[in-house]
Amino acid sequence: MSSESSTERTSVSLLSLIMVFSRVGITSFGGSTAAWLYRELVQRRGWLDEEHFVTALTICQVLPGANPVNLSIYVGSQLRGGIGGAAAAFGMVMPPFCIILMLGYFYSRFGGSPVAHAVLGGLAAVGVGMTLFIGVKLAGQVRRPIPILIAVAIFIAVGVLRWPMIPVVLVLTPLSIAVQRWLIPKKSA
Amino acid sequence: MSDGRLLVIALVFAPLSLMSFGGGQAIIADMQHQTVDIHHWMTGPEFADFFALSRAAPGPSTLISALIGWKVAGPLGAIVATLAIYIPSSLAVYGAVRWWHARNDSPWRGALERGLAPVAVGLVFAGAVAVMQAAHVNALQIFTTLLAAGLLIFTRIGIYAIMAAAALVFALLQWL
Repeated sequence: MSSESSTERTSVSLLSLIMVFSRVGITSFGGSTAAWLYRELVQRRGWLDEEHFVTALTICQVLPGANPVNLSIYVGSQLRGGIGGAAAAFGMVMPPFCIILMLGYFYSRFGGSPVAHAVLGGLAAVGVGMTLFIGVKLAGQVRRPIPILIAVAIFIAVGVLRWPMIPVVLVLTPLSIAVQRWLIPKKSA
Repeated sequence: MSDGRLLVIALVFAPLSLMSFGGGQAIIADMQHQTVDIHHWMTGPEFADFFALSRAAPGPSTLISALIGWKVAGPLGAIVATLAIYIPSSLAVYGAVRWWHARNDSPWRGALERGLAPVAVGLVFAGAVAVMQAAHVNALQIFTTLLAAGLLIFTRIGIYAIMAAAALVFALLQWL
């Protein structure tokens, strides 16, 4: 593994990391980033093999942070160490950052118009639909009673009762991990 | 534009960064609570508009923090908010990846992975409810939300086709 990553390390320049992740950042919309990265990194450039990519995806999904940015950090640091991770994340975030500020400018100019407001209302509704879709996809991994109970408790505390999220998460996350560690037998791999 | 505002922006977004298990959807509920109810930086409908913009734009949905930062403190606010929302989680990921590769066989690894999943699920659904409450949604929007979720779950129709159709329908209904 280490010899493999060291050969990868020498072959990818920081500039090409920034360019590749910029292109993915600018072309990927709403949750499709992983698919674009797969095409670019595994199929087109062969920077990662498929198995490694799936592991990266799983780790990046469970850790805090936006998945596309986490994947950039993971892949960039695998290829070129910490500076590579920073370059990849910069490439991933910078172009969309400029685009969203341009959209924000247009919003501040024309956001008052009823039609613009109606269109944004429609887009927000679709956005919530996408959030539900992601929730349903993630929920497929939660099958046992206690983890389901934990998910429902967090939903009620944060979504319904509007308790502040950080203390809720700080209490229930260690509990959830402890439950998985000691109460639930490990699935056969 | 004062330094105080930039500091508050950083203090709001940096902790959210570390709480965004499963992605940006997880922290939308708290982001809305902080920006609308606690700091009064904007109204609920404005927040919902920002949410829509961040969903329509390329890149991670957490870039909504750039819009909020801009609204509160201009260009510097946008930069500070964006750094605050990405740097803490990125450092955590960098550390975790190193730890992960050092401990291939630790029983904690699987427990961590499976233990975080229910937290992410609960937070994602809470985020959906928070945005709907902030936007004071009408029946048509609720219908659109459910239809979009259904299409995404059960068909292979792309998100952009759905967004374009929704934008068109809502614009036409406004004109008529």
